[in-house]
Amino acid sequence: MTATLIIDIATAVSLVIGAVFTFVGSYGLLKLDDPMKRLHAPTKAGTLGVGSLLLGSILAALGRGEPSLQEVLIVAFLFVTAPISAHFICKVNLHRRSCDTPPAPVNDTTWSTLDTPPTGAPKPS
Amino acid sequence: MARFRRALLPHPLLTLLLIVTWCLVSNSIALGSIVLGAILGVLIPILTLPFWPDAPKALRTARMVGYMGVVIWDIVVANIAVAWIVVTRANPAMRSTWVVVPLDLRTPEAITVLAGTITLTPGTVSADLSDEGHALLVHALDAEDPDAVAREIKDRYERRLKEIFE
Amino acid sequence: MSDPDLVTYAIWFAFGCVSLAQVMAMVRLILGPNTADRILALDTMTLNAIGLIVLLGLAQGTQIYFEAALIVAMLGFVSTVGYCRFVLRGDIIE
Repeated sequence: MTATLIIDIATAVSLVIGAVFTFVGSYGLLKLDDPMKRLHAPTKAGTLGVGSLLLGSILAALGRGEPSLQEVLIVAFLFVTAPISAHFICKVNLHRRSCDTPPAPVNDTTWSTLDTPPTGAPKPS
Repeated sequence: MARFRRALLPHPLLTLLLIVTWCLVSNSIALGSIVLGAILGVLIPILTLPFWPDAPKALRTARMVGYMGVVIWDIVVANIAVAWIVVTRANPAMRSTWVVVPLDLRTPEAITVLAGTITLTPGTVSADLSDEGHALLVHALDAEDPDAVAREIKDRYERRLKEIFE
Repeated sequence: MSDPDLVTYAIWFAFGCVSLAQVMAMVRLILGPNTADRILALDTMTLNAIGLIVLLGLAQGTQIYFEAALIVAMLGFVSTVGYCRFVLRGDIIE
């Protein structure tokens, strides 16, 4: 009796948290004014938001009496791929020069995305 | 015996991961799905062996679990902080800067995990690696002092990763 | 379920929030102003779509939407990487 009530409350809380973080992520995407700043909002809040929604789904399945952990796969997949997507979008920003020029690295000559052959040179194959 | 084991299970952790993943996909822990997962877990590492020429050295699994705990805790805490900044702070008031983090880590796996951790922890995104791999370019959403951010990354994550991977 | 109202209200609240988030991401997709922002907006829309699919499964009380959510997650990641590769190298598979 009380156990199902606790599971229901936990489901509702994690659903609300996930919804709020998803909302804030997209709100940040719309509000922020610099391409690099915009990258911060969705890749973070979006990941935790969807992660929390999936946690709510796991808890709801537990409350229905048919426990399943399939959602863990989606969460793991999102947590592994989110940094890679963010890194690629950063590289696009750097490549298109649509952000501030970063400072020079400490020990090496340049950043790898900016390390392009001079124009006119044949493309390395 | 050891050679036989290495021929059959070149990557024991990958085998375990594949069995667990298969059980999750089929959503059952019946004997049948475990056996099918084990067959996949033995076959896939052997068939993809040419893609993994050098197996990573033995990792300290206990420390890895501790590191994951630290990272998950930081993700939750920093998510709340970043959400608060995004909602309440006006655009010009955000002091977003580039941060250059000099790297002590040398192995590609460790640098990958460090970059992924930095991106997953809100407030910082790892943007680029220098051409020889001695420095990491990080963008911080709201940083009072870029050097403090770099120091915290080195102290909190890089030191732990160095113990795990090197 | 002892208290179905609580979870139902939470599901409707989450539906509202995630749908609004999807609309805002679409506004960013239309506004631009440059390529990286549009890729980022598409990536965010994929994340929100996964959230909506999960909520749909919750509202109907079934597990059958799990595969759909997983496939949307995989396609979203691959398409983001594909777009970025195209902008960076002018080619996806060299």
